[in-house]
Amino acid sequence: MASTQGQIWVLVDYSLCTGCRLCEIACSLKHEGVIWPAASRITVYEDYPGCPVPHYCVQCPDYPCVSACPTKALKVDQNTGAVLVDTSLCTLCSSCVQACPGRVPKVVKGKQYVLICDLCGGDPACVKECTRAGYNALRVIRKPQGTAIKHYAKPPEVVVREVCSRVFG
Amino acid sequence: MGMVQTFGMWGRLLDVDLSSGKVAEMKVSPVTYRMFIGGRGLAAHILWRELGRRWREVDPLGPENILTVLTGPLTGYYPGIKLSISGKSPQSGGVVGSVVSSHVAYAIKACGYDGLVIRGASRDPVYIYVRDGDVEVRDASRLWGMRGVDLIKALRSELGRDAPSIYIGPAGENLVRTAAVMARWFHAAGYGGYGAVMGSKKLKAVVVEGSGPLPPVANKDEFVKLRYEVIDRVASRVTFRRWGTTSAIWRVGHDTSSEPVRNWQEEWHNKEEFNHVLIEWRYWAKNPWADWSCPLACMKVSKVGIGGVTYLSDGPDYEMGAYLGTNLGVFEVDKAIALSAMADDLGLCGIQTGNVMGLAVELFERGVLTRENVGYDLRWGDFEGLRRLMEDIAYRRGVGRVLAEGTYRAAVEIARMKGVDPGEVLKYAVQVKGVGIGAHGIRSRKDYPQPIAYAASVQGGDHTSVAGLPANSEESESWSAFLDSAVVCSFTSTDEDMMIRFTNAVTGWALTKEELYGVVGPRILTLQRVMLLLGGPDVRWDPRKHDDNPPRFYEPLPSGPYAGSFVPRDEVRKNLEEYYKQLGWDENGIPTEDTLKKLGLYDLADAVREIRRELGAG
Repeated sequence: MASTQGQIWVLVDYSLCTGCRLCEIACSLKHEGVIWPAASRITVYEDYPGCPVPHYCVQCPDYPCVSACPTKALKVDQNTGAVLVDTSLCTLCSSCVQACPGRVPKVVKGKQYVLICDLCGGDPACVKECTRAGYNALRVIRKPQGTAIKHYAKPPEVVVREVCSRVFG
Repeated sequence: MGMVQTFGMWGRLLDVDLSSGKVAEMKVSPVTYRMFIGGRGLAAHILWRELGRRWREVDPLGPENILTVLTGPLTGYYPGIKLSISGKSPQSGGVVGSVVSSHVAYAIKACGYDGLVIRGASRDPVYIYVRDGDVEVRDASRLWGMRGVDLIKALRSELGRDAPSIYIGPAGENLVRTAAVMARWFHAAGYGGYGAVMGSKKLKAVVVEGSGPLPPVANKDEFVKLRYEVIDRVASRVTFRRWGTTSAIWRVGHDTSSEPVRNWQEEWHNKEEFNHVLIEWRYWAKNPWADWSCPLACMKVSKVGIGGVTYLSDGPDYEMGAYLGTNLGVFEVDKAIALSAMADDLGLCGIQTGNVMGLAVELFERGVLTRENVGYDLRWGDFEGLRRLMEDIAYRRGVGRVLAEGTYRAAVEIARMKGVDPGEVLKYAVQVKGVGIGAHGIRSRKDYPQPIAYAASVQGGDHTSVAGLPANSEESESWSAFLDSAVVCSFTSTDEDMMIRFTNAVTGWALTKEELYGVVGPRILTLQRVMLLLGGPDVRWDPRKHDDNPPRFYEPLPSGPYAGSFVPRDEVRKNLEEYYKQLGWDENGIPTEDTLKKLGLYDLADAVREIRRELGAG
């Protein structure tokens, strides 16, 4: 496994998330220049009142999406640890979506390539926005060593279920 | 690009005719947006244009009525989200611009539209499904009859995912005039009674999924800058964020003495249990909880269990805590939360329904309504009886058939049933022009509404659209008309300068404060005022009589720190005349022809002449 020295990571506290989706707005403003929630690299799911779940790439230490990509459109940014999409190589084949244990990469109408969190080059807009709003559900930390973080990579409905059972029993 | 498009808006609405199932596109020109802003103002404009000639004959619960579901130029851009719901109101006979926090608002724009205009009526239950450019009118027979929570689950399983929706519960289906248009479990567009309008169209829900971007803004750098400024300012409202409006259940009752208690017989309480800190400790499962793009997060998810039943609600927010708590003599918080959860699930407006329930309990106490009329006893604070009464209203059972008509019509009908003068029952009806008054009294003068707040409002008892002096300030109803037309949340709104700068950054307009208070606000209010005074088919308001507070507000407060306080009639009259004058209306509040010309509303001239002629004769 490559060194994660100097790499960052976004830590979520589900109990602090208000479900406001300011993160989605900030992400789309940063990457697309407009408010475009569907094209946000972070997505909030809330199937039950009071149980919002921000869902985004957790940069699995083994990067199954990168190995699954048949056109070599995905590569790891060694500085941040983020998965970068080469927009000229991506064919929207969805192999990465299938390979992702959290079903994170997004294929969106109007975009010619798959959307994956690029950690904004080390200063994630979603985290800044969450901090600005004073919710602090998202925070930037140094990327934790080891494989434990991969357990955050679950399909959103699974996380929603778990968070709900914790809130309402 | 000149005036081909209004920035921040797409310039087109979906025009859905439920009678024929046909879907068309309705263009909205930049000039129209500039004149009426969007949301509430645009709704009034469309309703007048489409139905104005026959306004008095249009049955709000008939197929001819039009339901508008609109965004405004600030929707999606300004932090906090609202959706405007309007039509001819089955409560006032005029146009009430109701708002609800709903993800549908940004989703509509993400579909490439600014809103929906829904006309006609389906024969069988349907729901409208919008996904980007595709619109379908879908069968809703198996959804008909469902309460809110079940409906959300059913829609989720039908669509395979959670999609933004507005919907009605059984109350709307049963044409209850206090029915709300609901969203996201606990959110309601309550004022106006538009849940019943949806019901009359056999429209169970509108589901909107948009995958596109919001329309471009005129000045992106300025927009981004102002947006951060607003987020910083709103996020710094720490106490409001912590307790939301729930804290008012204690403060407005105990401190300012302006909370409805037992159908407004009092406005003060000293019930320690009814305070937000205890509510937070005992009942909140989730705090803070926010709507789309909101840095305020005034909502909280509360959970209670009574008799083996679990009830989920928000807060209760102030209005629910007051109207389904103190106003019904319910001083056990868990029971107020349960009633609030029930109202949401049945699709009832908690304010209007709590208002008419309060009237019923008082009438029962006074022996006007009897056990024979009701079938059981009505007593202040009796949870079982009140629960039953709420269900009976939602399903129009027994006495619920009468109460489902809302406070004003129920009072008139009960007087008829009892063979007494309507005034004998109306004196206990705390409403203005068919709209029950929000939970903020005027007698102590310590809360925000002015003496003419409701008497002069074009939306009757709506506490979110109050009139006040001077007419060129945030005290006036022009301010609410602007916020509801730009379609933004009043809790996340900031000062006039910021709101105007923000609007201009998004739209590219050069709106000024002078224009807002001198032209745009008065234009929307004048249009709504004329339609309200036209009224019909079953209600007709005489401004000399109905531009007034309910009789109860002239009874001195009987208890609390402001016992003895009330606002005398001559003060109300004097303020009304001053307010009319400032808006360019005559001494009866009828817009003058000069005012119509100045506001670009001269097509109202015939209607105004007719109203004036009738007053002269009456």
